[in-house]
Amino acid sequence: MSESQQLIKTEPPKGTSLWKDGFRRLRRRRLAMLCLGVLTLYFLLAGFIYLAEFFDWRIGPTLWAEQAGQSYAPPSSKNIFGTDIFGQSVLRKTLYGTKISITVALCASLISIVIGVPLGAVAGYFRGFVDEIIVWIYSTLSSVPYILLILAFAVVLRDKTFFGYKLTGITAVYLAIGLTSWVGICRLIRGEVIKHKDREYIVAAISYGCSRRRIIFGHLLPNVFHLVIIDFSLRFVAFIHAEVILSFLGLGEAERPSWGAMINDARIELSRGVWWQMAAATVAIFFLSLALNIFGDALRDSLDPKLRIQ
Amino acid sequence: MTAYIIRRILYTVPIVFGVLLLTFVLFTLVGGDISIEIAGKGATQETIDEIREEYGLNKPLFLSWDSQFVNHFKNALTFNFGRARDREPVIDKIKRGVGPSLALTVPMFFGVVIISVSLSLIIAFVHGTVWDILVVVICVAGMSIPYLSFILFGQYFLAYRWGLFPVFFSPELTMAQYVALPVLIGIAAGIGGNLRFFRTVMLDEMRSDYVRTAFAKGLTVRRVLFKHVLKNAMIPIITRVVLAIPFLFLGSLLLERFFGIPGLGYLMVEAINSRDYFVISAMTYISAILFVVFNLITDICYSLVDPRISLE
Repeated sequence: MSESQQLIKTEPPKGTSLWKDGFRRLRRRRLAMLCLGVLTLYFLLAGFIYLAEFFDWRIGPTLWAEQAGQSYAPPSSKNIFGTDIFGQSVLRKTLYGTKISITVALCASLISIVIGVPLGAVAGYFRGFVDEIIVWIYSTLSSVPYILLILAFAVVLRDKTFFGYKLTGITAVYLAIGLTSWVGICRLIRGEVIKHKDREYIVAAISYGCSRRRIIFGHLLPNVFHLVIIDFSLRFVAFIHAEVILSFLGLGEAERPSWGAMINDARIELSRGVWWQMAAATVAIFFLSLALNIFGDALRDSLDPKLRIQ
Repeated sequence: MTAYIIRRILYTVPIVFGVLLLTFVLFTLVGGDISIEIAGKGATQETIDEIREEYGLNKPLFLSWDSQFVNHFKNALTFNFGRARDREPVIDKIKRGVGPSLALTVPMFFGVVIISVSLSLIIAFVHGTVWDILVVVICVAGMSIPYLSFILFGQYFLAYRWGLFPVFFSPELTMAQYVALPVLIGIAAGIGGNLRFFRTVMLDEMRSDYVRTAFAKGLTVRRVLFKHVLKNAMIPIITRVVLAIPFLFLGSLLLERFFGIPGLGYLMVEAINSRDYFVISAMTYISAILFVVFNLITDICYSLVDPRISLE
């Protein structure tokens, strides 16, 4: 009898939010958490280099320009990844390249979210003429091959001056990637908003007399925002690779080391048997992309098991 | 039916207009006056003026029948893209590059598709075993290696070190000789992502009711896979193949650059290095047109096959 009384007295189970539920599921995946650890390391390293540069700390990555040994010294206990043509430590350059890659991918993601999400939501909610214009813009952009479009933007934006601000190196790169990559997220959000806008909670919000801005940004977007996070955890890899290709083609950062520029150097070095610069850049990119790929998939499965993004 | 096709064709007009507007904004408004750059350092004002005259950069931007805006549209619609930096007409350069580019991309693309579709069928066969997991791991690892590393290490080991293939393009080589290694590398690099995509498609099909029915009837695994699953999985496969075809014309930027193959990718890299806006603009426009046309053909073919499809 006492048992049944206890059962009655216990409080009803607390509901968990989408996010809590998702992260609970995510935490159960060991591999995904390991990848999250790797990603955190990369991000911390990038942030740490920013700090070190700001306070002028004289530590490894910020001293990449110093000579660490002879020209083309092979890997040894002193320089784990050897040195390049100027005797600079390849390890330091690789670590520094993390900052460039992470910065570009983050800024490009932010730009494309800021453009794509509101446009998609507005197009999906209002439909009609606004929708047609927005769909026209993104159909136009998506009819040009992705890499060609990024290249065209990067070539034109490079070294241009806007409002007294010169777009050098990585600024042009992340602008080029960001301004071209919002199409995917815009299309996704538009489709979701169209699905959501006839549901009860939106109808209820309209009946309360909520303003349209409040409905879109206060009710609709929070309910589709997990898609944005999933999409970008997977798209981040593409941004990293795009940055590498742009730097390789000489459209990226010119004065400071980046992974793409290192691979470009390696193109000539390989014929002399100097493989370490190439190997260091490849390893750095490989582990970052691997962690992003696995973590992105796990995140998608945890937050939205029904969704499939190719 | 006819009404659908006509509407679908009319629908491409705003897209083509949009692409032309995009190239105009990008290369004329944002790109700006490049006559000083073309003339080079220390050029006299006369030379610069001559170049402006030739490229029509001295004309008004808008608001005239002879403005740069109108001329941009006229030239693009008649496929007259002016001359590149080395005085050769851009359209001739592009025509010359299509052959080598297609020789590279067509075998590469179909190699990737055929290999990954057959492998994905085998995976559907052994789904859930160690082999399946192993293949997924290899795919994800392959997707994470940068494309550039595939090319550089492939070129270094297979061609330079072991001498199995020629390292660079040279005119006396036959097409098969100089294309073999890039194709091989392209297949190796492309298989990871594609195999993963096709595996998802196949496994989705395997869960369908008709597959359960087929097994329940007592059909053999091979018969179910090839007679039933493959046929139904063909729809996403064909969509992917057809939509990829226009991109084949573009060639491969990086592969052509590394192996010195004189295709469109190489042309593009050269244009980037010399900031030749005319070539880049023409390439952007032509590839967009190809994409629009192939999309149109695909949609019309679908509507012929499937009478349920109609335009909103």
